[in-house]
Amino acid sequence: MATSHQASGIQAARLDAAGIAENFSDLHPAYDAHEAAVAADRCYFCYDAPCMTACPTTIDIPQFIREIQAGHPESAARTILEQNILGGMCARVCPTETLCEEACVRETAEGKPVEIGRLQRYATDTLMEKGVHPFTRAAATGKKVAVVGAGPAGLAAAHRLAMLGHDVVVYDAKSKAGGLNEFGIAAYKSTNDFAAREVDWLLQIGGITMDYGKKLGAELSLDALKDSYDAVFLSIGLAGVNALRAPGEDKDGVRDAVDFIAELRQAEDLTALPVGRNVVVIGGGMTAVDAAVQSKLLGAENVTIAYRRSREDMGASRFEQDLAASKGVKLMFNVMPKAVHGNGAAAEIELEYTAVADGKFSGTGETVRLAADQVFKAIGQTLEGQPDALELEGRKIKVSETGRTSVAGVWAGGDCASGGEDLTVTAVAEGRDAAMDIHSSLMG
Amino acid sequence: MADLTTEFLGIKSPNPFWLASAPPTDKEYNVRRAFEAGWGGVVWKTLGAEGPPVVNVNGPRYGAIWGADRRLLGLNNIELITDRPLQTNLEEITRVKKDYPDRAVIVSIMVPCEEQAWKDILPQVEATGADGIELNFGCPHGMAERGMGSAVGQVPEYIQMVTEWCKKYYSKPVIVKLTPNITDIRNPARAANAGNADAVSLINTINSITSVDLDNMAPEPTIGGKGTHGGYCGPAVKPIALNMVAEIARDPQTRGLPISAIGGVTTWRDAAEFMALGAGNVQVCTAAMTYGFNVVKEMISGLSNWMDEKGYTSTQDFIGMAVPNVTDWQYLDLNYVTKAKISQDDCIKCGRCYAACEDTSHQAIAMSEDRVFTVKDDECVACNLCVNVCPVEGCITMEEVPAGQVDERTGEVVSGEYANWTTHPNNPSATAAE
Repeated sequence: MATSHQASGIQAARLDAAGIAENFSDLHPAYDAHEAAVAADRCYFCYDAPCMTACPTTIDIPQFIREIQAGHPESAARTILEQNILGGMCARVCPTETLCEEACVRETAEGKPVEIGRLQRYATDTLMEKGVHPFTRAAATGKKVAVVGAGPAGLAAAHRLAMLGHDVVVYDAKSKAGGLNEFGIAAYKSTNDFAAREVDWLLQIGGITMDYGKKLGAELSLDALKDSYDAVFLSIGLAGVNALRAPGEDKDGVRDAVDFIAELRQAEDLTALPVGRNVVVIGGGMTAVDAAVQSKLLGAENVTIAYRRSREDMGASRFEQDLAASKGVKLMFNVMPKAVHGNGAAAEIELEYTAVADGKFSGTGETVRLAADQVFKAIGQTLEGQPDALELEGRKIKVSETGRTSVAGVWAGGDCASGGEDLTVTAVAEGRDAAMDIHSSLMG
Repeated sequence: MADLTTEFLGIKSPNPFWLASAPPTDKEYNVRRAFEAGWGGVVWKTLGAEGPPVVNVNGPRYGAIWGADRRLLGLNNIELITDRPLQTNLEEITRVKKDYPDRAVIVSIMVPCEEQAWKDILPQVEATGADGIELNFGCPHGMAERGMGSAVGQVPEYIQMVTEWCKKYYSKPVIVKLTPNITDIRNPARAANAGNADAVSLINTINSITSVDLDNMAPEPTIGGKGTHGGYCGPAVKPIALNMVAEIARDPQTRGLPISAIGGVTTWRDAAEFMALGAGNVQVCTAAMTYGFNVVKEMISGLSNWMDEKGYTSTQDFIGMAVPNVTDWQYLDLNYVTKAKISQDDCIKCGRCYAACEDTSHQAIAMSEDRVFTVKDDECVACNLCVNVCPVEGCITMEEVPAGQVDERTGEVVSGEYANWTTHPNNPSATAAE
């Protein structure tokens, strides 16, 4: 018997298994061959294509779409994967609406871009379903590289290094690889355990040893790694979470959105995952949207995203905002948390309206209270546990264009490193480019 | 709505859109549906001589090529003439013509090149009440191997001979259908004219292999591991047909010979183009076979709207109007200068014009850092390739450089005076001829 939407507090089983299955199905279902052919035919094969320029990994998009048109999606997959070894996941999670598809000339022409993301998925799925790994390792170089963090940046670096003939050990603090692909990101973007399957597929290259339960600063130290390996690549992500700094933050029912999402992604049975009746998510990025939408899909009655600035400032794309709205999530702008109220457990959240006057952001004094038995904090993640030896830039590890840190022999990439947006695709590009630089530095 | 009534060889039809002799006109059932949909006339699928009918293959008869979104651009077939008994066809033709007296019914015929064969069949066809006959001298496959179809159409003497027999044994209009599988279409047309044909119709299909099955290593359509050339038609052949129609229309020996044009007519515009080049009407097949008989409705509304816009009250008003403007290359005005112009408002910045011009033509398009594409007038030879590859219709146009203005490519002032190759100083014959 399912708990109803209206049951107060944080409850499991608000929806039955069928409802959950429907809600958490693929956001963008895979193309079949006919759909792919129709979609591919729309590509104009632009010169110096804007979509390609917009892609952080610079995939040759016109080329791969032409390969789909010409009936060999396996070649298309290779074209994609040469630039982006996690092309399968990126096809699912990339905010294409702000990257390749925004740049597509058919977006300019008709407001309907070529569906590049779905075509990329068609190509990579076709190849992966055949169990084919299209790359082989170069002759062994005898060099050893340590990669710390098995997220997108780490995996991309490891694959490229292994392909170039180096031996790679990838450490991760968790018991599973994938990083945010596995523990973050909305479930409806990575269905059927795709993140894990993609890691297995990637490791087919060989030469990569995975070593779990090893955390930098605990089981691992940078000095020891430097001593044992020819190079070190750090892709430790952003382990810290910003606090609300509002009274009542410690009440039951208030938690980090990333933890909720990780728990959701690892849950065997989503009907067993509790969610509030009235959920308020604080933040304006992709994590906020992922937490809010999934709360709604789990059966929460009212879900609100409360963002301190305007819609235009929101980190989540318009597509993500619309997705949230279409699932029944309410978007509130220009409000910030003032306090969480409740007797032990959260019951209400008090929000203060904000305004920008003369370039200064501040509360207006006017407040509003929303029922909230569950409050998710999604106001940004921060670097945590980085070795002291590394110079920082802002709140991230300072790196060069090719990922070199201030310490010789140590590279970094992904969310923990300076430069680039915090996206899977950016992390892949940084991991790949650092690997190339490590390679040239090792092979001198 | 303009009146589309068209009279061709004295045969009246409510519009100039006839269905060509082909599978769509093989049976009473189809022809009745066609007339109900609005077709002005039909050329009944080719009848053969009395006796056991021909036998078609039992595997695939058609092959195709496609454009984007699998839009069918070209179709090829290896079907033969009607495989139904002569008497059945004659009875059906009689019934249909009786029920649709306002529509044109033409009977296509292909019998051996013997006078007796024609003498036998023509009275039977005449008895149906059909409005005329069309001699199938065009089929490029199967029947040609038996000495008929294009085997006749490729020998002008045979065309004239058979046409003469038909004029002798048949009292109504005789249309000779020409094969394009020949080097100069004027010769068979002249032969038909010499044999007193009332009209020619063209083009029949073009010898073709549409594709090769790379697993079985055989041409497609493949019949039991083998394939053969078939007859190619559809939008892809229209340019070839337009040229052949124009060649006959402007040939001094055949000028004025009525033409029924065939070859890739898909919309009203295709029909209007053929008619402007001298065709009295058009025949359609592939468009109907691709989309069904209802395609005629767009042809009717489109042609009629266009005629209204232009103030034409009858199809006669524009038939042949473009013929005087078809000329030989040597008479083209070499002092006519245009330059490509890219509308920045319409440009979607795909860069195809740039790639085409830079890689394969005259390096006359500049591309800025922020993808603004502009024409370099000092390099542009006005080849039109950019216009042709641009995905946005009307975005790139060819603008005439008016007389008195300098052509930046040559540095010369455009004279505005007509001058062609025959008088050009670079032409060795220009002086030699004097």
